[in-house]
This record gives sequence, structure tokens and C-alpha cells, in this order.
Amino acid sequence: MYVAVKGGETAILNSYRLLDERRRGDATLAELSVGQIQQQLRLAVDRVMTEGSVYDPELAALSIKQAAGDLVEAIFLLRAYRTTLPRLGTSVPLDTARMQVQRRVSATFKDMPGGQLLGATYDYTQRLLDFTLLAQADCDHHDLAEGQARVPAMQAQEPMPRVVDMLNQEGLIEQAPVPAGDPAPMDLTREPLRFPADRATRLQNLARSDEGFLLAMAYSTQRGYSYTHPFVGEIRVGHVSLEIAPEELGFAISIGDMELTECEMVNQFAGNKNEPPQFTRGYGLAFGHSERKAMSMSLVDRALRVDEFGDAVQSPAQMQEFVLSHSDSLEASGFVQHLKLPHYVDFQAELDLVRKMRFSAQQMPSPANLESKP
Amino acid sequence: MNEPMLLAGTGETPMHETLAAGENFNFAYLDERTKRMIRRAILKAIAIPGYQVPFGSREMPLPYGWGTGGIQVTASVIGPLDVFKVIDQGADDTVNAINIRRFFERTTGVKITTHTSQATLIQTRHRIPEDPLTEGQVLVYQVPVPEPMQRLEPREAETRILHSLAEYGLMHVKLYEDIAKHGHIASTYDYPVMVNNRYIMSPSPIPKFDNPKMHLNPALQLFGAGREKRIYAVPPYTTVENLGFEDYPFEIQSWNVPCEICGATDTFLDEVITDDAGTRLHMCSDSNHCEARQNAGGVAP
Repeated sequence: MYVAVKGGETAILNSYRLLDERRRGDATLAELSVGQIQQQLRLAVDRVMTEGSVYDPELAALSIKQAAGDLVEAIFLLRAYRTTLPRLGTSVPLDTARMQVQRRVSATFKDMPGGQLLGATYDYTQRLLDFTLLAQADCDHHDLAEGQARVPAMQAQEPMPRVVDMLNQEGLIEQAPVPAGDPAPMDLTREPLRFPADRATRLQNLARSDEGFLLAMAYSTQRGYSYTHPFVGEIRVGHVSLEIAPEELGFAISIGDMELTECEMVNQFAGNKNEPPQFTRGYGLAFGHSERKAMSMSLVDRALRVDEFGDAVQSPAQMQEFVLSHSDSLEASGFVQHLKLPHYVDFQAELDLVRKMRFSAQQMPSPANLESKP
Repeated sequence: MNEPMLLAGTGETPMHETLAAGENFNFAYLDERTKRMIRRAILKAIAIPGYQVPFGSREMPLPYGWGTGGIQVTASVIGPLDVFKVIDQGADDTVNAINIRRFFERTTGVKITTHTSQATLIQTRHRIPEDPLTEGQVLVYQVPVPEPMQRLEPREAETRILHSLAEYGLMHVKLYEDIAKHGHIASTYDYPVMVNNRYIMSPSPIPKFDNPKMHLNPALQLFGAGREKRIYAVPPYTTVENLGFEDYPFEIQSWNVPCEICGATDTFLDEVITDDAGTRLHMCSDSNHCEARQNAGGVAP
């Protein structure tokens, strides 16, 4: 006989317990510490901070641990924490020209003031599995010859002008002046997204958006769905000082450094009736070392500026509503996975409908008859 | 309309800024400023029945698509004296209903009930309770897709214009095409309604069986869509008409079997498969209603 679906509460509590056990794994192995994640899985930490919209490596590492390495789940944990935080103040705009650069690459100029700096990158690694990492826990600088020293610590750098600012001097690139009155940007975590969204709002959305989604959107622009003739003007990775200017002080004070990745994409533009031919810009910014994210963001930013350049909106990457409404990993993940929730009632209604439709189809097999009333 | 009285159900329960015992969260989780923002959206929604009010939906500790809109609306109107009920698919004991109920038990400590008549505040997903609601009760719906025309016109900038002009040809053509293709309107749940003769509204994915209960209902009906960041409302005693045509009027589902647990013939029935041979059993989707009828001496199985 029918057994009612009861005991849901016990099931939920048991599920918590199982989840803890699965997360811990084999108890004979040492437990992973939050500090280890923060130090040794730093790129995962950077992604979680970027999409979680909180610059806190320790909490990002904690959320990665709690989520057993599921980064979208970790982002969810961090965002749910963030939502309860009070807003204490607004920072002074970051000056990335004063970034202490660890890595700086331009694809447009062979050399420029400040130079190119390869830094730590997977770009030129030959992707061969390194079995020494498997064999020994502490393989320090295994591929450096005897006697080769560690990379020397960086000296404090002079401000390093951005490559796009140098193009500015010739008037070859569009300017991005601060708008009149320097209006405060909206806060997407406090206000609903409305269309059409201005560029500051779009950038905010893209900065929080899922890296995979953004990458695919950016890639689509390279394959003919709104090609923008992009060149990497500059990618820079490093630490920038974050400053606030409390009213009672009257000057800015530094409250700490944050690591950022900034990408300025330079795009060719043939000009139109109002604008001479020039280069245009797409912008990307992410916490930590997140080049794939920052580059994708800058490509999509430029594609979304279609109306500014009088082009027709034809491709998904140019459609604000398409990109901005589907870019958030939590919104997407939640709604896709809500299909796991019971839908007995809706399904029951559909069952009846399909039965009814099959019945009428059997009664009147000819499509012409279907047109008339059953 | 008696707008100032509409929140009377929760008006008796002043919204104290209390902390739930032993937890580092504000009463009902959200901070008071956020609640105030949401209440403003709710008041606007009540003043313009069926209109979707954008609001600054917060990232809740439960996933989008799992009731975050309903949870935020509930958190904004719930008070310490409320008696709270949560149903999902009509039942109090499905896991998502339990999870949401646990969330509010932890963060408010309010009295919990499964009895529709005893609740002052009911949060629901996909059903309206079978027992008639009364004045002073508040029914909060979880809404996945607030825009009834989204599947016809995905661009929100466009659908907002259509609503503002009350230009609903798109929807009527869709219903007409259903009839032309299938001989009937092929929507069985989330069946679009016209509220207060002005706005076409999604009733959320309730079966169309429940739609008539919305019409002139004495309770306040609030709708929260967290992911889509919209709140809308049907104030008490507001007209809610189902879209249809004179020659193809709106019809609700009916079954040719009664509930095999309580014998009811006037409720929405779920079909349950009971053995490998696919034997079906029909039973009320509203677990509280079914139980009450069994206790009152309905047909025993």
C-alpha cells in the first residue's frame, strides 16, 4: 500500500551529516587547512573572490573548503555572506597606473616605458604532467639548475602609465573621460538590473559574471558573431593600494593593498559620420590573478558598446539582455537546478493534457480534422 | 480599496527588531533597511494590482529558483505573533517546504502550523490551499518567471512597454494558436490571468485548477520573484479573470476518480505510481486538507 512521502526533515539532517563525511574524505589523510587552500590554490581563491564580489582570500578559501572544491558553490557561500555585510563607505577610484606590477604584457607594442614583464604565468609552460609533484610533497624549484637563485624580490616601482594612455597622446584612441558630475555607479547587489543598462552597470555585471559564460561569449565574437578586431593593449597584474577619503579627515588614506588583473583591449574602428576612424576600447578588471576572466570581460564589454558606434545589434554578445541576464552563475545554477524540486502538480496537469491530446489525435488522425473543433 | 488595512494580518504583529535566540542574524534574517525597501515594493505592488515592481532582491542563503523571492517577501512581512505555514506542491512535508520552514523557525522562532485555517501567513510553491482563505491571511507565492509573456518575447524592455500600453495581442494570439493547433488552450499551469481589468499576470506555476481561487479572494496575495527581482500583488477582493474566448471558455481540470485516501471529489489530485506494473493511485495534493478530511471521517483507504 501507499507509503506517504514523510520524514523529509530527518532526511535533510542526515544529508548534512553525509555531506560533511564526503567533504572530509579519507580520515587517514591529513585535513586540508584553509591556509593551504589560500596559498596553494590561489587561482581558485581569486576566481571565487571575483565572482563572489568580496576581496577576502581567507573567506574565499574557507568557502572553497566548505564547498569541497565546487567553485560555483563556493561563490554562492561567499555571496550569501556578503549580502549581510554593512556598507561602511566608498573607496576612492583605484589608480591602476600606480599598480606595483608583477606581470605586464602588451600585444600592440614590442616595448614601452616600464617594459614588458612576463611574471608568473602558465602561458609558456609545456603542459606536461609534472610527476615530481605527485612523488614528493615539497619539490622546490625542481626545474632550476643548481645554484640558480629564487626570483629576486621586486623593488617598489614608479607609476607605470597605461599603454592606452600613450595612444591617447596621438589622439588615436577614444577617450574615456569621467562623466560630468562623476555620478555614483549603481550597486547591482542593491538595485535590480534595468534595461538598457549603462556601461558602468554592465561592467559591474560582467565583473561578477561566470567566467565560463563570459569566455564563451568573448570567443563567439572572435568567430564572427560581432567581430571587434581586438588587440591586447595591455594586461597588468599586481597590487594596488585601496584608499578611502573619510569626510572628517579631508584626505585619502590607504586601507590596504589588493591584487588585481586589468585588461585594456584595443579595437579597430573604421569611423562613422560623427566619429573619425580610431581605436576603441574594451575594459576588464578582476580580483587576483584572473587573466582569462579579465580578457573575456574586455571583449564582451566592447561588443556590448554596439549602440555607441552605431552598429546593428545582430549577435548574442551584443545583446544586453541576453548577456547580462544570463551571466550570473548563481542565478543560472539556481534556476537550472531548481528542476530537481518536486513538480508533481505541474506534471500532473501536463499528464492530463498529453492524454487528452493523444485521445483527440486518435479520434481524428487527419491533421485537417485537427483544425476543427474536437 | 482598503489599502491601509491590507496588511492587517501582520499589522497585529508589530515588526520588532529582535534577534532570534542564539543566532547572529536579525529577526527573519534580513536587516531592517532591506525589509523596509521590500515593504515599499510590496505597498506599491498592492496599489497597482498585477503590476511587477522591480526591487533590490538580495542574495539569500538559499538558491535562486528555490523560493528566494517568496522568502524575502515573507521575511519582510512576518512578525513574532504570526502563525506560519509553508507548502510546496500543496504539501507541508516536501523537502523544500521543510527547508524553508526550518529557515524561518531558526531566524524568527514564530509559531508553525500545517493547518491552513490557523495560519496568518502561508508561503506556497505551485498551489493554493484547498481550504478557502479568509480576511487577514497573507498568501505568499514563490514565482520563477514573473513575466507572463517571457516565452513569447524574451526582451524585458519590450514586455514592459507592452504592459504599459496594455497591449496584450501577443498573448491572445498565442492562446488562439493553441486552439487552432490543438483544439484547446494548451496551458495547464501558470495559466495567464487578467488582474483588476488592467494587467496580465502570471499566477506562478499553480495548476489552472487553482486559478479561480484567486478571484475576489479575501486574503492578500503577494508574489515574490527573487532571481528576476520582481514583486507583485493581488489585494483582497480583487478581480482575477482567466484569459479565454467566448467560444472556448476557461475550464479547470477534473478527475473521474475521487481521492483514494479521503474520498474528496473536488480537490486537485496527484497521481502516484504504487508498483512496478504502474498501478496508479490518486490522492489530494493538499496534504493538510486530505488529513483533515480523514480525521473528520472521510473514506479510509
